[in-house]
Amino acid sequence: MNSLSLELAHALPEAILALGAVVLLLIGAFRGRDDDGPMTELAVVVLGAALVAVVLGGHRPAGVVFDDAFIDDSFGDFMKGLSLTGSIVVLLMSGGFLRQSGVDKFEFPILVVLATLGMLMLISANGLIALYLGLELMSLSLYVVAAISRDDARASEAGLKYFVLGALSSGMLLYGASLLYGFAGSVSFAGIAAAIGGHPNMGVIFGLVFLFAGLAFKMSVVPFHMWTPDVYEGAPTPVTAFFASAPKMAAVAVSTRVIMTAFPGAVSEWQQVIVFMALASMALGSFAAINQSNIKRLMAYSSIGHMGFALVGLAAGTEAGVKGVAVYMAIYLVMTLGAFAAILSMRVNGKAVEKINDLAGLARTNPAMGFFFAMLMFSLAGVPPLAGFFAKFYVFMAAVDAKLYWLAVIGILTSAVAAFYYLRIVKVMYFDEPAPAFDRPSVTQRVVLAVSSLAMLLFWIYPAPLVDAAAAAAHSLF
Amino acid sequence: MFGFGILSGLTFLPLVGALLILLVPGETEAGKNNIRWIALWTTLVVFALSLYAWSQFVPGVADFQFVEQKNWFGSGLTYKMGVDGVAFPFVVLTAFLMPFCIAASWSSIQNRVKEYMIAFLVLETLMIGVFCALDLVLFYLFFEGGLIPMFIIIGVWGGKRRIYASFKFFLYTLAGSLLMLIAILAMYAQTHTTDITVLLHTKFDPNLQKYLWLAFFASFAVKMPMWPVHTWLPDAHVEAPTAGSVILAGILLKMGGYGFIRFSLPMFPDASHYFAPLVFALSIIAIVYTSLVALVQEDIKKLIAYSSVAHMGFVTMGLFAMNQQAVQGAVFQMVSHGLVSGALFLCVGVVYDRLHTREIAAYGGIVERMPIYAVAFMIFTMANVGLPGTSGFIGEFLSLIGTFQANSWVAFFATTGVILSAAYALYLYWRVIFGKLEKPSLAGLKDLNPREMAVLAPLVLLTLYYGVHPGPILDACSGSVAELIKGYESALALTKTAALTLH
Repeated sequence: MNSLSLELAHALPEAILALGAVVLLLIGAFRGRDDDGPMTELAVVVLGAALVAVVLGGHRPAGVVFDDAFIDDSFGDFMKGLSLTGSIVVLLMSGGFLRQSGVDKFEFPILVVLATLGMLMLISANGLIALYLGLELMSLSLYVVAAISRDDARASEAGLKYFVLGALSSGMLLYGASLLYGFAGSVSFAGIAAAIGGHPNMGVIFGLVFLFAGLAFKMSVVPFHMWTPDVYEGAPTPVTAFFASAPKMAAVAVSTRVIMTAFPGAVSEWQQVIVFMALASMALGSFAAINQSNIKRLMAYSSIGHMGFALVGLAAGTEAGVKGVAVYMAIYLVMTLGAFAAILSMRVNGKAVEKINDLAGLARTNPAMGFFFAMLMFSLAGVPPLAGFFAKFYVFMAAVDAKLYWLAVIGILTSAVAAFYYLRIVKVMYFDEPAPAFDRPSVTQRVVLAVSSLAMLLFWIYPAPLVDAAAAAAHSLF
Repeated sequence: MFGFGILSGLTFLPLVGALLILLVPGETEAGKNNIRWIALWTTLVVFALSLYAWSQFVPGVADFQFVEQKNWFGSGLTYKMGVDGVAFPFVVLTAFLMPFCIAASWSSIQNRVKEYMIAFLVLETLMIGVFCALDLVLFYLFFEGGLIPMFIIIGVWGGKRRIYASFKFFLYTLAGSLLMLIAILAMYAQTHTTDITVLLHTKFDPNLQKYLWLAFFASFAVKMPMWPVHTWLPDAHVEAPTAGSVILAGILLKMGGYGFIRFSLPMFPDASHYFAPLVFALSIIAIVYTSLVALVQEDIKKLIAYSSVAHMGFVTMGLFAMNQQAVQGAVFQMVSHGLVSGALFLCVGVVYDRLHTREIAAYGGIVERMPIYAVAFMIFTMANVGLPGTSGFIGEFLSLIGTFQANSWVAFFATTGVILSAAYALYLYWRVIFGKLEKPSLAGLKDLNPREMAVLAPLVLLTLYYGVHPGPILDACSGSVAELIKGYESALALTKTAALTLH
């Protein structure tokens, strides 16, 4: 029996976030004012402290604590780092935007902290109960965040839609979890793996499929993607940026962990499901985005496609595949944050615009922003030598290594289709006649855009840290 | 320097120039001029460095030279550069053509000069990198990366249908190359290395070879371009600015042929043998069909673009004939075509800058106003036809001799292309240069100015020089080609013995 302090040491980032959220809530409640004030900055401090705790705790040997419910390993650290980074950057970028849109509420940063806590819990979940706890904490916060702009009909619709579908998916996940518990007799992933052995019975397979349905909803992969475009478009842009970044990291992380640790004995069963989801997501993400005129909606389809690519690595089911997923998620996070920094900067005379055509001639009205955004688009399209290419490279390498040739061929062809709509944005920015110029973006938006874009552009010069960290993270799952 | 060799220097020097340009304010007229000079000097320095490298290069040897290797990406991938006799001429050719491109854009590009020059310098880095890379993934990076600047160059500074052309160019090439990426991954899965020097000596399973070959073929055939995937080329050529066309015809097309020599033939010999009839057929169709298409073109650039497709048909034919003469002829043909077609596009640019039309019908009789221009244009036209004494002859003749030994019918049909090329090239020359000077718009034409003369003169000299003295290029690649053919034949023999013992 470990002492409580030792157990808590493994959960230090979570503890910081939990305490921080409570303290923030108290401050917010006793300040007696509705507006955001210093709350965003305080929330960033709390998240930053958790990030420091994750990074400093990285060297600790892996530990399973709280009666097998919680695992602290380098895969978790890697993905937690990504989630926290996503949350921090989104908070930094969003303050001004929300204020200008008249959604200046102190609850927003607190909800982001709570959602992040849920994500961390989710990433570290080592059993079905912890998984569900983390998932619900994350989702409930996200439901509220999606509808934070409550006077806006579209945002309310988005929030409601997300809530109803999310509740349905949670129900499916719970159903799958109960089936798994019923047939495997254990809620811990290792216990389930041991019970399955090499021969999953029908009940376990049913449970597995329902569990994946719930997780697929959170990752927004086909066929559980329907909420994504509406929520992305309806929610205020900072919220969209948040949805596109941090929760995706957690959802992919937990899916990876569940597959690798709970179902190593049911490879052929889960592989069919993942291969289908990957193919369908890549195809839908590529074709459905072609005709979009709203950039946020386009990013929604793009994110569906990218989740499909990440699943290609997962489908391989090997250590190389997990490494590919980790690299993919890290690079995807940076690209997404950068792209949303640019989208957040799309303001004409103080009013936010979100049509693709509003970007017209950006390369002339604001050359730096045009260049950075264009590089991000090329990176999202996966054109070498930008980082987006290496993300795809690693997942497809794993897929080919696992002899999933058709998945690789079809997947890579859909990426040529997807290149079309990313190119269209570059075309609008570079080839078309200028539209009204944007207002000067805030400092954080400019910094985030420049840093992420340059990171993607120059990734090839010194890629070793990320690749090595991802390799170490993947290794800890096997 | 810093442990990097001359090839890294050649590859990344243009980037340094691009960074310098980035720092120069480009709005004023003086700023634009500074930018032009920086770009020109950068390309000249790179060219000088490539000449120095040439002086150090040992011709006739099969080994890779100037090899440098660094760890990269932690695992699996390496940063490895090196050139052999096949790659090196293209490096020099690239470095040689770039200053002309900058000079040709001196006055014709007036808006967004800064971005234009940066795009060209980045493109130079990527092109040189393609020919120097000795790691498959590194090669792929350079190969694909070139799409981005070229897309911007066509799309921003191109003609009326530039957007259509740029998208077609990008998506065609990308779709082809992505299949190659899968093949690269499959090769990595088999051998756990992407080092080209190792892969050159790896024997892949003959069955797998076919799939790999097809995947590489998809990429190189589009790039080359071979019939029937050539349709992006005329559009891209017509819409691109002059310098863009020069680079397209001079260098980018050669990457396809280089890819065949570097990868398809030595790494997948059995598949190359198996698919050679297909390549022959496509080459003959390319030679005959596109030559006929070229005959009826009304746009000068489009005509030259179709003639490029036909000439590349000779290259693919020669490569897959797989004997010393044919392959060396193909290499020479590529270098010569790089010079000649680049020069032809520069010639078109000269009159386009004056009249802003590429319609053949808009010209006629300009020999009266532009005699010097007429001479230069004639030399390049003759070289394009393959007249003995010009560089075009050597490559075409060698690849035809070689092909004749491999398959005389293929050579027979290909030779008709020589006649057809004479027909369309002379017909073009006649319509543009000769005839009566009747059109009022042509009356005020001025002959070449000193800058244009400085651009065209070296190309004229080289075209004639290599026409009578092809030694430097043929010697440079002879060793590598001999090695290639030796490896190819021994691989085929091995497969044959294996098949015999099985039965």
